[in-house]
Amino acid sequence: MIIQPILALIIFQQLRKFLQTKEQLPYWDKVFKIGSGIAVVIMFFYSVAKNIQFILPLVSDALLFGAAWLVYTKNELNRAKSNLYAYVPVIIIYSISDIVRLISSSFHNEWGTYFETAKLFGIIWLAAMFIINNRQRKALEKERLKAEQIEKESRITAKIKEQLEVQVKERTAEITKQKEALEHTLEELKSAQALLVQSEKMASLGELTAGIAHEIQNPLNFVNNFSEVSAELIDEMNDAIAKGDNEEVKAIAGDLKQNLDKINHHGKRADAIVKGMLQHSRSSSGTKEPTDINALCDEYMRLSYHGLRAKDKSFNATLHSNFDSSMDTINIIAQDVGRVILNLLTNAFYAVKDKQRLLNATPNAPAYAPTVAISTKKQNGSCIITVTDNGNGIPQQVLDKIFQPFFTTKPTGEGTGLGLSLSYDIIKAHGGELNVETMEGEGASFIIKLPV
Amino acid sequence: MKVLVVDDERDIQTLFEQRFRKEIRSGEMSFVFAFSGEEALTYLNAHEQEAVLILSDINMPGMSGLELLEHIKAKYHKPPPVVMMITAYGDEENFNLAKKLGADDFLTKPVDFTLLKEKLKPIQ
Repeated sequence: MIIQPILALIIFQQLRKFLQTKEQLPYWDKVFKIGSGIAVVIMFFYSVAKNIQFILPLVSDALLFGAAWLVYTKNELNRAKSNLYAYVPVIIIYSISDIVRLISSSFHNEWGTYFETAKLFGIIWLAAMFIINNRQRKALEKERLKAEQIEKESRITAKIKEQLEVQVKERTAEITKQKEALEHTLEELKSAQALLVQSEKMASLGELTAGIAHEIQNPLNFVNNFSEVSAELIDEMNDAIAKGDNEEVKAIAGDLKQNLDKINHHGKRADAIVKGMLQHSRSSSGTKEPTDINALCDEYMRLSYHGLRAKDKSFNATLHSNFDSSMDTINIIAQDVGRVILNLLTNAFYAVKDKQRLLNATPNAPAYAPTVAISTKKQNGSCIITVTDNGNGIPQQVLDKIFQPFFTTKPTGEGTGLGLSLSYDIIKAHGGELNVETMEGEGASFIIKLPV
Repeated sequence: MKVLVVDDERDIQTLFEQRFRKEIRSGEMSFVFAFSGEEALTYLNAHEQEAVLILSDINMPGMSGLELLEHIKAKYHKPPPVVMMITAYGDEENFNLAKKLGADDFLTKPVDFTLLKEKLKPIQ
């Protein structure tokens, strides 16, 4: 039987491969190579030297045992122990069989069937172990590959994570930059808004200036002329005194007193106009003071009307005012509410003027009398100020937007679009309401409701 | 000479009456006052040919002085009376418009009565 040297050869080669002796254990590599060489020599003798054949199985067994012994005793080879389990039964059975045959050939032949069965069992064990090992190896290999795959994936994940972190950093930097840019823009917008609010104030001041010019000339006319005429009267009075005409002196003195009163009255009137203008241009002081709302409405009605007339001489409108005489003074920031009233009146005049312009352009248009009305009323503990015009009204699709900042229906450059928005804010700040009622083609009413 | 003064400022009556007190006393001139364009037209309709001279403010609520001027010159009174416009604005535009509408003269506020009296002399 040639099986033992073949097994020895296989075991040595397997050990070399498994333990990677060539790289890691060069000494044992040499030993296993020599073992392999011996196994090959034995096989050679099996085929050529028939006379020493009886000794060859024993040599082979010794070789196999030697290999097993080395593996089980040498620490550096211990790892390969499990590889030998499959061979152990075969080695033992063959060795026993060979030894028994050497001692008693007849006994061996007598129990030959049992020996052969045992050998067969050893071979089957070997084969079974081989198959199991192989399967296990394959499973392990599979596991290893799986683990490798997982590791590979985790490496990729880590790499992606790293990339993501870099990206997140970049994005964060970008967002921070954008945030800063936006903050900067917001600052710019805020200052632009402040400028616009100021320019809206200045625009309404411009509208006022023309009105003021007219308003101030009237009292000046009286101041100048009454003082001049009074000087003349004094000359006449001196003449009357010289003549001793006491009646005339008394009459002239009466006239003089009346003139002085008038000069005083109109001087104060001019003073009030100038103060009003200054108040309008000044930024809000924010202090509420008891204010005669009827006088405030009257003042701004005159100013806005004359302001418009100063710009457009051909324009004319009927003005109605209906003030509730039972109205008490109310606590408001007069210049702010005045600005609202002025704005509403300016809008009303603009509306009637616009309607007139449209009707003038239409042939056979019905007669139209532009009318603007302002009224005050005390109602359930509130002060109601209403500004009404009979212009074209406000279209429904525009109505929602009229209080929005920068919304304007005027041609570019004519309106800032801040008038009603500011008005709304001012009335809100007073704890009041600003509402609008309109009918298309019929006109509009703006209603200010202020708490008394 | 009868003069119609049109202005929405009521004190204008006292002023004119004092400024022209000598002329009024001597009967040289008499004044009528209207405090709006509409009032002036009502007066003119009722007293045709009486007023020789009309002095009118331009900026008034309701009918403006320029509208009144247009009415007088286009529709009323033959021969039309002399109309002088008085306004707070001494600007070119108002002046030209008043001239175009047939205003005979143009005065600015504050009114210079010496100048006004000189302007009135040739009419008398």
